[in-house]
Amino acid sequence: MEENLYMENILDHYKHPHNAGRLEDATLHAKELNPSCGDAIELFLKLDKCDRVAEVKFDGKGCAVSTASVSMLTDRLKGRPLADVMALNERDILELLGIDVGPMRMKCAMLSLRALKSALATKK
Amino acid sequence: MKLPADILKDFPSLHAMGMRAYLDSAASSLTPVSVIEAMDDYYGNFRANVHRGMYATSAKATERYEAVRSVAAKFLNASAGEIVFTNGTTDALNLLASSLGRAFGPGDEVVLTEMEHHANLVPWQEAAKRHGFALKCIPLTPDFTLDMGAARAVITPKTKAVSVVHASNALGTVNPAKELAALAHAVGAVIILDAAQSAAHMKLDVRDLDCDFLAFSAHKTYGPTGVGVLYGKKALLEKMEPARYGGDMIREVKLESSTWNESPWKFEAGTPNVAGVIGLGAALDYLMGIGMDAVASHDASLTKYALEKLSAIPGLKIVGPTAGERIGAISFEVEGAHPHDLATLLDREGVAIRGGHHCAMPLMTKLGLVGTCRASFGIYNEEKDVDALVEAIAKAKAVLKI
Repeated sequence: MEENLYMENILDHYKHPHNAGRLEDATLHAKELNPSCGDAIELFLKLDKCDRVAEVKFDGKGCAVSTASVSMLTDRLKGRPLADVMALNERDILELLGIDVGPMRMKCAMLSLRALKSALATKK
Repeated sequence: MKLPADILKDFPSLHAMGMRAYLDSAASSLTPVSVIEAMDDYYGNFRANVHRGMYATSAKATERYEAVRSVAAKFLNASAGEIVFTNGTTDALNLLASSLGRAFGPGDEVVLTEMEHHANLVPWQEAAKRHGFALKCIPLTPDFTLDMGAARAVITPKTKAVSVVHASNALGTVNPAKELAALAHAVGAVIILDAAQSAAHMKLDVRDLDCDFLAFSAHKTYGPTGVGVLYGKKALLEKMEPARYGGDMIREVKLESSTWNESPWKFEAGTPNVAGVIGLGAALDYLMGIGMDAVASHDASLTKYALEKLSAIPGLKIVGPTAGERIGAISFEVEGAHPHDLATLLDREGVAIRGGHHCAMPLMTKLGLVGTCRASFGIYNEEKDVDALVEAIAKAKAVLKI
């Protein structure tokens, strides 16, 4: 089973997450909850004139897996065109994490992606 | 009073699951062999519907199903006519909110507490929306007990029902049920006890508690899943409207309208969970055979041992009372470790606990927590299970480098 779940880089992201904070002037924003453990992630994206991700921040407290996932995902989003962001899927998240997530922690790993998809859905 | 020395032989699933320590009985307890055999007996030997067959096998099924009403009545010191079979505590509380709620309206209040399980909150929220009554909550004190001073102010002549958890699944706190019943009755309100947790840990006597309604689930009292008991005072059940309609709960049906069967049957629409009820009966017989005094004293001594051992772990904080009356469902947090990570890492060591909000999100919000870890005990747990938990926490801390 998920023997490498708590690899060094996962713990690094957990303890020192990248892009933590809030954006008051976000273009896109959404909050998602993991109902099984109560974790919540709020995601803020600011797009530039060419619909590229100019800034991205997240707020919320989660477990090592969900925190590492959102930390890595936000790194990945920076500077990307909206079309790339919209194409991101579960496989991309698993590749970013680089660990065997396993069925019991899949919801934790995908919380960041769910928040991203919800944020994208608010785009007018 | 002690439990039988060879009690583990009654629970072969402990061995089959291959765990070092099963510490999640507050979520669901394991099932003794006698319960499984009782259900097998029904499916293997007298598998027929109840209340309607005109042949011997159905009569036997009916007799065995109905006999469990007396067993449950004995378990609660009630009478058989006061026992309604449900799908579990959640179902019973939905039934009460739906049926009692209809008689409440604008200006009326239902009093809950800040430590309620979602099962004793959400059904009332929905009934309140529908019928226009208001919900009030008794707050907590910093030592994780109910603020009884505040309870006296919250329970007023506007109060129609006081519905409280008897023992908190998230904190382990045992609430002063008799005192709350007296406060409720003084203003003419009914008192409802959610006994989902307490039923497996202490002797329940509905006459002594003077509660009007009490609900518990079979699967937390060593019985099967999907079945439970709602106790209601006979006179109150008689007055109440059913919450579900269909076969078996009627007296006469015309195309335009219908009349109801007597209570408790008017609350049991459709073919019931016959095997489940028979299993429930076997589970309650099993517990009464051991003696609830022995069950309670085992729980108390194991809880005391665990509180001592856990409190000694650096960075670990108990979330719940450390003194006074409580049950063996111990919530805790470990600084720097998310409950879900800790639960995963403990699972690797063969120790099964629950991590999360324990279906008590408003309580977690009040405490400023996302969730907690919870270790909870059953009659098959021993001090060595607590030792395994303590060892596994140390290993988890090492993995998480805290």
